[in-house]
Amino acid sequence: MAEVTLTNVRKVYAGNVEAVKGVDIDVPDGGFCVLVGPSGCGKSTLLRMIAGLETITSGEIRIGNRVVNEIEPAERDIAMVFQNYALYPHMSVYDNMAYGLRNRKTPKDEIDRRLAEAARILAIEPFLQRKPRQLSGGQRQRVAMGRAIVRKPQVFLFDEPLSNLDAKLRVQMRVEIKKLQRALGVTSVYVTHDQVEAMTLSDKLVVMNAGNVEQVGVPNEVYRRPASRFVATFIGSPPMNIVPGTVEGEGRINVAGRSIPVVDMAAGIAPGTAVDVGLRPEDLEHGGAEGIALPVDFVEELGAHQLFHGRLGEVEMVVQAPTGDIDHSLKTLSLAIDPAKVHVFDRETGRRLGRG
Amino acid sequence: MVENRPFNTFMAYLVLAIGVVIVAFPVYLAILASTFDASTIINGNMPLTPGDQAAENYYRTIFVGASRSTREPVGTMMINSFVMAMGIATGKILISILSAFAVVYFAFPFRKTAFWVIFITLMLPVEVRIYPTYKIVADLGLLDTYTGLILPLIASATGTLLFRQFFMTIPDELLEASKIDGAGPFKFFKDTLVPLSVTTMAALFVIQFIYGWNQYLWPLLITTKDSMQTIVIGIKKMITTQDALTEWQIAMTTAVLAMLPPVAVVILMQRLFVKGLVETEK
Repeated sequence: MAEVTLTNVRKVYAGNVEAVKGVDIDVPDGGFCVLVGPSGCGKSTLLRMIAGLETITSGEIRIGNRVVNEIEPAERDIAMVFQNYALYPHMSVYDNMAYGLRNRKTPKDEIDRRLAEAARILAIEPFLQRKPRQLSGGQRQRVAMGRAIVRKPQVFLFDEPLSNLDAKLRVQMRVEIKKLQRALGVTSVYVTHDQVEAMTLSDKLVVMNAGNVEQVGVPNEVYRRPASRFVATFIGSPPMNIVPGTVEGEGRINVAGRSIPVVDMAAGIAPGTAVDVGLRPEDLEHGGAEGIALPVDFVEELGAHQLFHGRLGEVEMVVQAPTGDIDHSLKTLSLAIDPAKVHVFDRETGRRLGRG
Repeated sequence: MVENRPFNTFMAYLVLAIGVVIVAFPVYLAILASTFDASTIINGNMPLTPGDQAAENYYRTIFVGASRSTREPVGTMMINSFVMAMGIATGKILISILSAFAVVYFAFPFRKTAFWVIFITLMLPVEVRIYPTYKIVADLGLLDTYTGLILPLIASATGTLLFRQFFMTIPDELLEASKIDGAGPFKFFKDTLVPLSVTTMAALFVIQFIYGWNQYLWPLLITTKDSMQTIVIGIKKMITTQDALTEWQIAMTTAVLAMLPPVAVVILMQRLFVKGLVETEK
């Protein structure tokens, strides 16, 4: 058990490509930290630096109270689960899981004991003598997890472990990973590009973009108060609507000719300043005569919800409502929103213009 | 396209059958000739059914040899050829898997250059470099030795290339998983690369065994003693005799015997061989 601390970690590849630009993250002991971001944002590089598979250009990575910058991957007391499982194809499931322990000269009976336990937890006992190719994707995933568990490491590292699974299995394994991590209490760092995985698994969510950390926080906070336009549009599905607006005064913004009140808005922004206004599709409500008029182009049926697509001037907008709440034959919606759920972002920097 | 035209099918099979006959007939003839005595073959009217001299011919060929031309029993030649072919095939596999391992997995200065230098040697077969090679082998006192027969033919660009291509298809994650599992470079090689390469090795072994077995020019140059000659040289010597009649029944028996080991290797390793060349499952 250990905490993982990253201090001003940078990675510069040959040719001066800066993949990670000075990242500070602190994962508490037993915490589940998810790094999320679009491809190429540096999240995998960061994870591989923690694992020791990539060198660290500058900065410091600590596991427990050891600085691990110069320590070999095998000595870092970590276990990693890879996207394509990386099971040794020529070894049986048993040998796959035991390999790392044998290399560490763990006594035979200790290996047997740990394997039996991991196999029981993961329900892979019937497959121990099979080869990986005789297993399904989900089973391979379990074996990969088992290989990590038997090592009893201080830190689990997950590199998009679910992206090779089909949708149904992914949901199932997601729950299992979470349960397992809770039960074992091992500090975990998990990389994904799937925001649903990120939201559900983490107790510390790190949103990355272009080598920078955009926001760190508990999932709900990141969702409710995104620190930037990027986070706002990345987390949440369907993504947040971003519409242009103009500041009218303290706590009032003009959007598409309508004045709407805003609770969470920094003081002292000059009236007339152009800003970006974020409105979550599920926060928008239809009704009232004074709302923002949105012509409906088409309606998507999701079963429990309906998505109303329309255009507000130049920007596409989506409104999500429980099926039946809004008459889907309407040609125009009149939209209102709770002032507490309006997000204001700087047009230039994309940062949130919120209170405090 | 699904077609059912009996005439076309018949023609296709006919053409194929003719092809098979054309290829197989000389082989059949050689086998046939190894069952007659010398005079039956020489008079030009050899029957197309086997004769009764098979036991006698094979016994004499293996244990006695052609009386005038080669002076050694073919059994000795077969052993020589076998040692040489085995040496070349295993040596090539060993050298090329190691060099491919180095070229693919280690970052050292001039790695690309090293690979290309190996690659370029593909254009330099034994015949091109035969004089300097002979000079070196002679200076090292390796004439008339197995080492001399085998060593200069071991370096293999083909093998290095084949292993390199195979290693490139092994996902990097496997190497990374090994690193995290505490396996150093040699352990990774021994525990992961070698077991995964078995089929590639088999493919290479088949190709190189036959290559080694069929070597003619190099053994001809560096062997002077009768006891060191290989079977391919033996056949040639038996056929071109200057002052005596060619013992065709012995020559043909030798030819049949010379075919057997390569055929055996192909048949035994066929499944692995095909798998090694088309392998996709990782």
